[in-house]
Formats: sequence, structure tokens, C-alpha cells
Amino acid sequence: MNVPIRRLGLVAAAMFCALLVSTTIIQFFQARSLDDRPGNRRTLLASYSKERGSILVGGTAVAVSKPTNDDLKWLRTYPQGSLYATATGYYSFTYGSSGVERAYDSFLSGNSDKLFYRHIIDVLTGKPAQGASVQLTLNAKAQEVATKALGNQRGAVVALDPQTGAILALVTSPTYDPNPLASHNLVAAQNAYTQLLNDPAQPLVDRAINGNLYPPGSTFKLIVSAAALSSGKYTPSTLVPGPAELRLPGTDNYLPNDFHNACGPDDKVSFIKALQISCNTAYASVGMALGQDAVRSMAQKFGFGQPLSIPMSVTPSVFPATLNLPQLAQSSIGQFDVRASPMQMAMVSAAIANGGKEMTPYLVSSVRDTNLDVIQSTSPKVFSNPISSQVASELTTMMESVVTGGTGTNAAIPGVQVAGKTGTAQHGSGENADVWFTGFAPATNPKVAVAVIVENGGTVGQDATGGIIAAPIAKQVMEAVLGQ
Amino acid sequence: MSVVSTVAPKTRRGTELVLLVGALVIVLLAYTNVGLAINDTVPVDLATLGGGFAVVALIFHLVLRWKAPYADPVLLPIVTLLNGLGLVMVHRIDLAPGDPHAGPKQLMWTAVGVAAAIGMLFLVPDHRRLRRYTFTFGAAGVVLLLTPLLPVIGRNINGSRVWIGLGGFSFQPSEIVKILLTIFFASYLVQTRDALSLVGRRFLGLPLPRARDLGPIIIAWLASLGVLVFESDLGTSLLFFGLFVGMLYVATERRSWIIIGLGLFLAGSYTAYLLIAHFRERVELWLNPFNPNMSDQIAKGLMGMGAGGIFGTGLGQGHPELTYYANSDFIIPSFGEELGLIGLFAILVMYALIVERGLRTAIACRDGFGKLLASGLAFSMALQVFVIVGGVTRVIPLTGLTSPFLSAGGSSLLANWVIVALLLRISDQARRPEVEERVAQLGSDDTQVVKVR
Repeated sequence: MNVPIRRLGLVAAAMFCALLVSTTIIQFFQARSLDDRPGNRRTLLASYSKERGSILVGGTAVAVSKPTNDDLKWLRTYPQGSLYATATGYYSFTYGSSGVERAYDSFLSGNSDKLFYRHIIDVLTGKPAQGASVQLTLNAKAQEVATKALGNQRGAVVALDPQTGAILALVTSPTYDPNPLASHNLVAAQNAYTQLLNDPAQPLVDRAINGNLYPPGSTFKLIVSAAALSSGKYTPSTLVPGPAELRLPGTDNYLPNDFHNACGPDDKVSFIKALQISCNTAYASVGMALGQDAVRSMAQKFGFGQPLSIPMSVTPSVFPATLNLPQLAQSSIGQFDVRASPMQMAMVSAAIANGGKEMTPYLVSSVRDTNLDVIQSTSPKVFSNPISSQVASELTTMMESVVTGGTGTNAAIPGVQVAGKTGTAQHGSGENADVWFTGFAPATNPKVAVAVIVENGGTVGQDATGGIIAAPIAKQVMEAVLGQ
Repeated sequence: MSVVSTVAPKTRRGTELVLLVGALVIVLLAYTNVGLAINDTVPVDLATLGGGFAVVALIFHLVLRWKAPYADPVLLPIVTLLNGLGLVMVHRIDLAPGDPHAGPKQLMWTAVGVAAAIGMLFLVPDHRRLRRYTFTFGAAGVVLLLTPLLPVIGRNINGSRVWIGLGGFSFQPSEIVKILLTIFFASYLVQTRDALSLVGRRFLGLPLPRARDLGPIIIAWLASLGVLVFESDLGTSLLFFGLFVGMLYVATERRSWIIIGLGLFLAGSYTAYLLIAHFRERVELWLNPFNPNMSDQIAKGLMGMGAGGIFGTGLGQGHPELTYYANSDFIIPSFGEELGLIGLFAILVMYALIVERGLRTAIACRDGFGKLLASGLAFSMALQVFVIVGGVTRVIPLTGLTSPFLSAGGSSLLANWVIVALLLRISDQARRPEVEERVAQLGSDDTQVVKVR
């Protein structure tokens, strides 16, 4: 019987070999992909087992981990509630993370390869591992003022430092409180999330960078102006057609001015005046005269259709691909299918403010380890050079006239030269206009560029215009940054 | 058979003691490690509990010195290490929030298991005595196997009716049945192996045995099928099946049995797949463990093993409690998570060593019954490890069995300690010098002899 016993031994050896192979496959070859599976509680628990780094605005932590007694050792809290939710995002056991919490997770959690050598020392000294902290570019005052100014209205505010691209304010309204989502009480977190998801006002949507985009209305006239001035055929004093209404070529439709009058005597108007009073007929005809390629290419240079992440991804703004003349006329005043994000319009103002050099917007200025050593810092980068400094300076003059004596007087700050442009965008019959303001200050040495959108007329409703609703908000934000 | 020698072979009891102390040190360190990792202190009961465990193991060692001096020296240390690590892990999972307190029970059953093993060494001074009760064992096995189907004492736990219970006490009879049927088969096959291998007709080139020689096997076979159908216990039925085929092959030395067995197995599996929804589910989960609409227990075990990686999270520092049945069917993934691939390899090698020592005992054994019994017991251990570890690591569909010595569960511990006692008894017989054995035989016939040792 010894021969079959030996063979049985071979069978047993084969079975054990199979087990050695299967365990090796799982624990060596598949370990990484198993860890990365969505919903892997162990990976989540591991991420809660050490102190997550803070997210800072100025010297204040706006997202910080606090020790708890439950089995998730650290609770993520947001001391200022919803104020910075647009930037920080949330960090939830059940729903994952968003915003900077997500984009900088490897640093905050301390898993980044860049922290590896620092952690070796922690392991040797027995110090518990801790994540790195992330410093935001936000200006606390501007963020507070913008949030307060928007109030209950739906909309968004973006403020940029035109010289660097640093984001000074990033506000969307309504927003949400990330605290309940981070709760370790899973039922409470679930209830909070479901409520946010089912809210018709869509508080989880960041209207500043990736809402459904808005028709930019008259703020788009800045881009048409840039194209016109860059073409060499126009100067601020050039006389352009400005009738009360313009017959769209090949149709019986008329494109009117908002104020139902001609923009100037003999249906003519200077280019600077056309921007100052937001003359639709002038811009429609200038746009048609320039041709769609010139307008589209200028829009693209400013960033339309281009990918961008701040580090959250910004939905690219849209200028339609092919247009007939009537469509081009409407597109030139920011209507038809033109769509822009508040971030994009803030970038347009910032580029004009910065002498034609458009900087890439960024939200994180630096990452520091627990010893406060800087691990990574963001250096300003040029996004594009859409216009010459000459054109930028001409545009600045035109925008200043909007605030000193045009549609944007509500944005005026005593003692400061402010440049701006209003927008009042129709977006369907029966709906009130979405109103805009974008601009920068001080005009000579710009410190802040801003874009404000208020959906559906805000608190004023039917009679709302960019000058009435959006300009005062922009004014307050600019004042906050300038320290007025 | 072996050459008669007057030089007594070494008993190797000293080697056993050294290995045993090593095993105990590892277990006590592991226990301390768990306490430090979870409660930041050395467990207060290290001296009492750990010392108690060490005393139990050392008592067994002393009994071996006395009652089975030539027994294999490797088995007891390995089994002690496995049992000890199992205790540590069961205790460790007890410490995780929301889990049952299985540790004290497991410790109690360890003592019961060792006591039963010691009892076996006393009760069965020679394994050949077991042959006297061939059919008693067979009948007892079948009856015990069917007890969970009885109305009052049968218990249905987690979809399988494989438990019996009285009051707060529950027991899984299939573990004991495994031993009873192995003894029965070894004994029966020794008697009938000639008939089974020689008598009969050829059919399609395969020699088939006579129906009357097959009778008892068919009865046991049907009983194991009953386990599958009426108790929904796939693991046990797979284990019995593999065991029968293996022992038949060893007894008859005919490959035809393997072919017949494999054929029956494939046909049976396919029929089960078609008829039993429970089984189809298992196959689906085997192929696609992350199927979102089905149980995620395999998935959770896999993610646990993934979290452990090569070196493991360290005892007490993973989250094995996230897996269902983390201390019973899924204790292997629990070890994989906390001790890593390295720890799992060590455990698998220990199991392989038990099997190897068992088969080696079978080869060295001088009587056919002992050979068959030892190879059956060793092979059943190999099969059980393969079925459960293969189940949780997706080599085969998960069918649910305990990991010998590791899993929480009294019946399993008790049965495996008895198996080890039997293997020790047979190895003692196999390694004992021929002379002494003859003396022992003579002694039983009331003949005056002179002791040589």
C-alpha cells in the first residue's frame, strides 16, 4: 500500500501548492487593487487611524481632525460650517470625499510618496503618523463678505488675484455644511446626504466652477471688445452702428437694445460708449463684422473650451462651433448657446487687469508637514496671453467708464478706480434674467478681479439687472480684499 | 516488513520538548502582542491563561513519554502552536467591538480536546483494537451524521442543518463522524481489499467490484449524499467524498477508483449545480466575489487579506472583525490580514507538516489497518485545509468548514485533537522496535517475559 500512499502525498502536496499560489495571488499581486476597491472599509478605517492634516485659510484651520472615542479614531470637523465647503469639500466615511479633501488626499492622509522619508523617522521614533496640512489661497474676509452678500440668492462669486491667479474667494450659494457628512453616525450622515441630494436648490453643485454654466450675457462683450481691439480695426473712439434695434440678416427678427433706444445720435455710437451703456446692437454688428472665427478664437484664448483644475476640475465654458450670422449676432452679446462659468469670467477680468497676461487660477498655496516644513508650494503659472498690454489698457479704460458713468455704477468704491462690466442674461421665457458683474480694482494697480452671478434675478426678480443685483456684491468683495 | 533490530531507536521525546517550548513561547508572545496592540498593556491574565495553556500542552507531552514514547515528535509541537495561535486570534476578535465572546469557550474546549486525546492514548494502547468494533463505528457514524435531522435536538444555523443542541450546548457531529467513518473504512477496506481489487468484472476497461462488497460503502456514501441534500453542508460532503476515494485508492491500489470517483464527483457536482440554488449561488460567488447583489463575505475576506499584504498589519492592528465568521470559517483571512502572506505560509506549512507526518506514519506502519487509518486521517486533514482555505482564497467555491485547530468551535477542536492522538498512537506503534512489540503481544497472552527496556 506504500505506493498509493506516496501518490496520495503528491496529491496533498499539489493541494497545498494550490493554496500557496492562491494566497500569494491575493496578498501580493492583487493586494493593491483590493485596497483600492470602492467601499473597502479597511482602507477607510486605516485612513481614519491617523490624524488627517488640516486645511488652513490664513492661520485658521477650516478643516481639522479631532480625536474621538469610537472605532474611527479621528473625526473630521469643519469649524466654520458651510463657509468654506466650496473649497474644502467634505470627507465622509460613507460618501468618500470632494474638493481639496479629495484632490489633496494623499498629502492630508499622509500617504503621499513625498512624505515617505519623513514617516520613516516617525516610525523609528514611535511617533504616530500624521498627515500634512494644506494652505488655501482664500482671503477669509472676502470669502465671508461674498457669502453674506449673496445671502439666500442662488449664485456664485469668484475672486482672483490677477497678478498670480490665487483664488481669493470661492463661493457658491446655496451651499452645505460638511460636518454632518463627516459624522461617524452613519445614519445621520446618510440622512444629511440624502437631504442634500434631494434638495431642488442643489446645494452640492459648485456653481462657481461646475454648475450648469450660465449664458454670460453682456459680460461676453469684453471678449468681443478684446477681439475687436486686437484686430486693429477698432479703437475705443471708433464709431460703430448703434440703432435701437438691429434686423438680423436673412430673417425678419430684430435684436433690440435693453433700453429700446438708439445708442447715439444718427444710430452711431463710439465703441467705448457702446460698452459703457451695454449697447446690444453695436456689439451684434461688431461681432458680425469681425466674423465668428475671430470671436471664437478670442474666447478660446481666454479659456473657453479649455480644461482647467484648481485642483477641482472646472467645467470648460462653451462658445458654439458653427454659427450663421443671426446666431453670431446673438452670441456676440453672450446669448444663444454661449455658456460660461463664473470662474471663466473672473479669469477674463483678471487677464485684462494683468496687462493681458492670464494667470492659472489655483486654490492651494502650499503643503506643509507636521514640522511646518514646506513640502510643495504652488508657483503662479501663465495660463495664456489672450491680448496685448495695449489692448488690455484700452479695455481697462472702457471698463472704468462702465463703473464711473455706465451700467455698473453700483460697483464704484470711493477713492478707488474700479473697472467692470455688467451682464443681464435672458435664459428662457418666463424666467427672470441671470445677472452678472465682473471687474477688477484698483484699475491702475489691480489687486483683485471678481465675477458674480446671481441666478434668476435674485431677490429683485423681474426687474433685476447686473448693475442692480450683482455689482453691489462685487463691490463689497473688492472692498474686502482691498481692506476698505 | 522492517528488519528486526535489537538497537532501540531514539524516542525523540527530548526533541519534542524543545519544539514544544518553542511553540509555547511563540503563542505567549502572540498573546502579549495582542494585548499591547489593542489595550496598550501586557494582558493581566498572561500568567494564568498562558501558563494554563502551557501546562495543558506539557501534560500531554508527559503522557506521551509515558504511554507512547516512540510517537512522532513533531506533531504535538505543531498542533500546540496552531491551537495556541487559534486561541490568540479568537481572543483577539473577541476584543473587537460587537463580537461574541468565544475565547473562554475555546480555551475550555482546548482543555477538553487535550483531555480526550490523553484519554485516547490510555483507552487505545494499540490502534489495532479499534478493528474489533468495525461495524459499531460505521453504524455510530451514520446515526450521528443523521442526528441534526432529528426534530428536537437538530439545529439549523446559517442555512445548514449540521448542528445538534441541548440547552445552551451545541455540537457539530460531522466532525466526530469524520473520525468514526475513517476508522470504519480503514477496517472494512482491510478486510475486503482483496475482493474489491481482484474480484469483479471489467466494464469499459475498468474493473468493477461485486455489489455485495460495495454494500457498506454505498450506505456510507448515501449518508454523505444525505448530508449534502438534507443538511446543505457542501463542505462536509465534499470532505467525506474525497476521503472515501482516497482510502479506496490506497486500499486497492487501483487507479480505476480514482477515475470512478472523479466521474461520480463531476456528475454529482453538476447535478447539485442544477438542482440546488444554494450551490449555484456559491459557484457564482466563486467566479464573481464582488457581485454587488450577493453576499460580500468572500469579498470582505479578500479585502482583509489584501490589507495584510506580505507582512500583515500585525496582530491586533487589522480589522478582521469586518469579515463575517472572522473567527470560524474565515479565520484564515483573519490570519492573512494580521500576519500577512508570511504568516499564512507558515500556517499552511504547519498543516502540510501534519499531513506529511501522518502519511509518513502510514508508510512506516506495519499493519494494513494502521496504514489505511493513518493515511485516511492525514488525507482528511489535507482535504479539510484545502476545502476551507481554497474556499476563502477562491481556488474552489466556498463550502464552509473549520480550519483545524484554528477556528472557534468545540467539536472541531475535540475531533482534531482525537485525530492527532490516533496519529500519535499509530506512529508510536510504527516507530517502536519490533522486539518490544512482540514482547507486548506475548505479554498479552500472559507469558513471562524479560523487559528489554
